[in-house]
Amino acid sequence: MSPAGVPGVVETVEAHGETTLVVDPARIVEACTHLRDVEGYNVLVDVAGVDYLGWGAKQVAGYIGTPAGRDIHAPGSQGFERVPAPKETRFAVVYHLLRLSDDPARLRVEARLDDGEEIDSVIGVWPAADWNEREAYDLYGIVFRGHPYLVRILMPEDWEGHPLRKDYPLGGEPVRFSGEA
Amino acid sequence: MAVVPTTRIYEGTRIPERCPTILDVDPAEHDLDDILTVNFGPNHPSTHGVLRLIVQLDGEHVAGLEAVIGYLHTGFEKTMEHKTYWKGITYPERIDYLSFQANELVFVLAIEKLLGLETPEKATWMRMCLSELNRIHSHLVWLGTSALEMGAISMFWYAFRERDMVLDLFEMVTGVRMHTRYFQVGGLAEDIPEGFYEQAREFARHMPRAVNDYEALLDRNKIWLERTKGIGLLSAADALALAQSGPMLRGSGVDWDLRKAEPYLAYDEVDFDVPVYPNGDVYDRYKVHMDEMRASARIVSQCVTRLEELRGQSWIADDRKVVLPPREELHTSMESLIHHFKIVTEGYLVPEGHVYVAVESARGECGCYLVSDGGPRPWRVKFRAPSLAALQATATCVRGAAIADLIAVAASLDPVMGDVDR
Repeated sequence: MSPAGVPGVVETVEAHGETTLVVDPARIVEACTHLRDVEGYNVLVDVAGVDYLGWGAKQVAGYIGTPAGRDIHAPGSQGFERVPAPKETRFAVVYHLLRLSDDPARLRVEARLDDGEEIDSVIGVWPAADWNEREAYDLYGIVFRGHPYLVRILMPEDWEGHPLRKDYPLGGEPVRFSGEA
Repeated sequence: MAVVPTTRIYEGTRIPERCPTILDVDPAEHDLDDILTVNFGPNHPSTHGVLRLIVQLDGEHVAGLEAVIGYLHTGFEKTMEHKTYWKGITYPERIDYLSFQANELVFVLAIEKLLGLETPEKATWMRMCLSELNRIHSHLVWLGTSALEMGAISMFWYAFRERDMVLDLFEMVTGVRMHTRYFQVGGLAEDIPEGFYEQAREFARHMPRAVNDYEALLDRNKIWLERTKGIGLLSAADALALAQSGPMLRGSGVDWDLRKAEPYLAYDEVDFDVPVYPNGDVYDRYKVHMDEMRASARIVSQCVTRLEELRGQSWIADDRKVVLPPREELHTSMESLIHHFKIVTEGYLVPEGHVYVAVESARGECGCYLVSDGGPRPWRVKFRAPSLAALQATATCVRGAAIADLIAVAASLDPVMGDVDR
């Protein structure tokens, strides 16, 4: 199932019938070029940023407004047995690839990044990366080196902060009348 | 992938070199002193929402172009991280507001994949039936508005006549005309009403005739042909490089439809054709849309036949940890009351993991990347928006076009700005 000989692969995960290649971020362009030219993954379907800040640290789920709450991750509560294993890095950039041919296949490539770590742009491998990388930059602050026009795409140009980060609050934008009694 | 041989010869790639989505003015071809920069939008009737195009004109010709998006960014993905899964189902529908059921479906399928939940046959076929009706709905809005922009005003009224019939069907089944929230995790929210079968069958009979009428109005209309043929060229290779999907891809000669290539629901059990046209121009994209409406009507009638056989069967999975118990049980069963209370207040837990599910929406591959940490709310939801991919091809398609063609090209990309900006 999973392609062999891809440069920079750290780990290969098979789950739910999907294959994930975890790739060393320093070698992402090398790995993607190999996947395109040798394995035939000709379409970059999507690029998604993910913020794992606070992953596995959440002890209370379900009850809003009761600080003590309940630990529903505890064994025996609805059959779920474990708190997810902590992640070593905060961010992940997830590339979804498609081999559009008579023998179609899908593949997920994941590059794990620390806060402030940069990654090379794959725009030279698939032009479709353009807006997707700009979106990940805009919403997560992940910098893609070598992107020709890495500016905000969804948020206004003068926006501060990256809204999809986990430490960016929901409702953080002051609205008229909100502070008035 | 069978690529239909192109009748028009494309010389190499048309994707702009410096940045794939920005067309820079070429100083070798244009006198920079003659360039006039015009802001198209964000509020312009022909932009299908709030799309802003910064166009650099040399006379009547488009010399440079940059698309600016984000005016309809509503933070759906952020909001959904704070909602339990069953509450979150209402959000994806508002993302692509014309193809709402495809978005609803893809989110529900992603949750079911993580849960490992099987849905009853009846739910599968009804989901397919409504998805196809929704495809017709979306294509009709596309046809009506695109033709309107090019001056064929009457098309709008005809297309909206049939669109209303689809909405009537949605209203009958779900109680609302748009944003139906009818797909539940595990199946459907309600059983199918009795009158639906006959009315849906009648509509499936009527629709191909209506498409013939539309084509009679447009296919030999000289103005329509002049304004669509050979305009907005996109070759198969460029379409793949820019990750196009749906009608954009099939209008460029690539035979790719997720319903055939990676069948989900029960698409491998129905009989339908996938239209492919080779020229990659506005006209071919129009033809793809027309043929797809016929194909969808065929699928709808097959679905209705199958659904009639499944009368009386269950429409939702029998899994009390995920699915709300039947309302009437709440009066008599303590267990049901507890389950109802738990699911409504706390939500159900979805096992840790991440999945990517894709369906063929009206505009192409609508995907959902869902990350769960094992709790009752998604850790991360990312929608793969087909409109965003389509809009990335604007700069490639308008190369060498006149300003009037720009309207036709932007319309043929079929962008829904809610889908682009999320």
